[in-house]
Amino acid sequence: MSLDIANITKNFGGMRVLDGVSLSVPTGSLFGLIGPNGAGKSTLFAAISGFQKQETGEVRLDGTRIDALTPHARARAGLVRTFQVPREFGHLTVRENLCAAAPNQTGESLLGLFFRPARVAREEAEIAAEAEEIMQRLRLTQVADQPARLLSGGQKKLLELGRALMLKPRFILLDEPFAGVNPVLIAEIAERIRDLNATGIGFLIIEHDLEALTRLTPYIAVLDRGRIIAEGAPDAVLADVQVREAYLGGAV
Amino acid sequence: MSAYLIAITILTLIYVLLALGLTLQFGLTGLINFGHVGFFAIGAYTSALLTLNGWPVGVGIVAAAVAAMLPALPIGYISLRLRDDYFAIVTLAFSEVVRIVVTNAREWTSGTQGLPGIARLYASLNGAASEWAVLGTILAVTLLAIWMITRIARSPFGRLIQAIRDNEVAVKALGKDPAWFKIQVLAVGAALAGIAGAFYAHYITYIVPDQFVPLVTFYAWMAITLGGASRISGAVVGSAILMVLLEGSRFVHDFLPMISDSAMASVRIGVVGLLLILCIVWRPQGLTGKRGDA
Repeated sequence: MSLDIANITKNFGGMRVLDGVSLSVPTGSLFGLIGPNGAGKSTLFAAISGFQKQETGEVRLDGTRIDALTPHARARAGLVRTFQVPREFGHLTVRENLCAAAPNQTGESLLGLFFRPARVAREEAEIAAEAEEIMQRLRLTQVADQPARLLSGGQKKLLELGRALMLKPRFILLDEPFAGVNPVLIAEIAERIRDLNATGIGFLIIEHDLEALTRLTPYIAVLDRGRIIAEGAPDAVLADVQVREAYLGGAV
Repeated sequence: MSAYLIAITILTLIYVLLALGLTLQFGLTGLINFGHVGFFAIGAYTSALLTLNGWPVGVGIVAAAVAAMLPALPIGYISLRLRDDYFAIVTLAFSEVVRIVVTNAREWTSGTQGLPGIARLYASLNGAASEWAVLGTILAVTLLAIWMITRIARSPFGRLIQAIRDNEVAVKALGKDPAWFKIQVLAVGAALAGIAGAFYAHYITYIVPDQFVPLVTFYAWMAITLGGASRISGAVVGSAILMVLLEGSRFVHDFLPMISDSAMASVRIGVVGLLLILCIVWRPQGLTGKRGDA
């Protein structure tokens, strides 16, 4: 019961961006992935979530291969991702952003919309209640009716997390949840992630901010030039000579 | 005079039907359909040919909607993976293909000679009564279409197509396939254009391929741009303004007798173009739009 990535390879032209990456992320874990710029972190996320097709390798969710599925099918299977640069629905309100993410809506089919209005209304009420609960949990209630494009960078990160939660996922892939976020909100976002993890949702988190990440995740892996060069508890990993070389260019 | 006003109103309502499709496709979903006239032409020819072969007008209009919807599926399937600008080109090409096919399928369409003698709606009523009945029918259909698009826009379906417009990749990441939604939106807009085409054919009673040039598509685009692309009222207001400009500029000729008749046609289009530019500069969201509209 986990997210297992085996031997993923990805080339961009003649460049090997991922070179046989394997990772095993247990269900319900809080797993950090670090690495210097250009290490292949976002590409690995894209391969796991289906936005980039890998050359070789397998992705399994709870033992089932999902690497041939479309991105939307993987999300429905319970593996939801967020983006480094937030992709909010700018002209929709925060509340509408969340409601739009709810799965299996009768009102999203034209037939359902015109021929089953009572059912659509009932589902909408349920979805609105879920969205309300998530907004409260993520402290977004004050901005519920604001167009999402007007939110701050940190609020947009929270909104993306909230949208992912609407799918009731087993795993969430967070791409740099702290990038462009002010320090106060970083602590807040970390707190929310910890709360959610306590409810059983697994997280795989890419992050540049080493300090913030190591405080959050008990287990990290290091990606460098397309390979995993170390994994384990943060202290041990950061003490690793190879890791220090990758980050500091061998000056230590 | 009243006959003239009825005629203008009927043509305006036909443009409203065309513009509503673009409001749904572009204003709400972000699809750039530059081939709207292709669906309009399919509707016009379908209903004209059926009724000329003895089918009742009602059947013709329904068949026009269905026939216009059918190509929306393959076009959507083939081209929705394309980027927005390529989709615009594909749809423009589609509408030209339709026009060239009806020009050359002479045994069916009489080619450039056109199809005369298409049945009028309410032909059994005498003059004015028939005009009013036609106006009432088209008005009722337009109101129904407005109600339907409003309903769609305010529904979960409408929320999702606006999400697609704002960020398609994020929609995929949330487990939904944008392609199927876009195909449906394309089909609904096509059906409205088909119905508009059928009404046009039965109102004008004579159709030739030259009536289905890309300019018709761009008149509908001008209407939603002037009125406000992401608002349903924008399609109505914009179509009305467009028609007032196109028809109103007819009377300008009385004050500018030095301009020849043929030059006047260009002047009229020039006036519309100028207004469009002014509108984009001062009110990019259209007359009905609010600041910050998509």
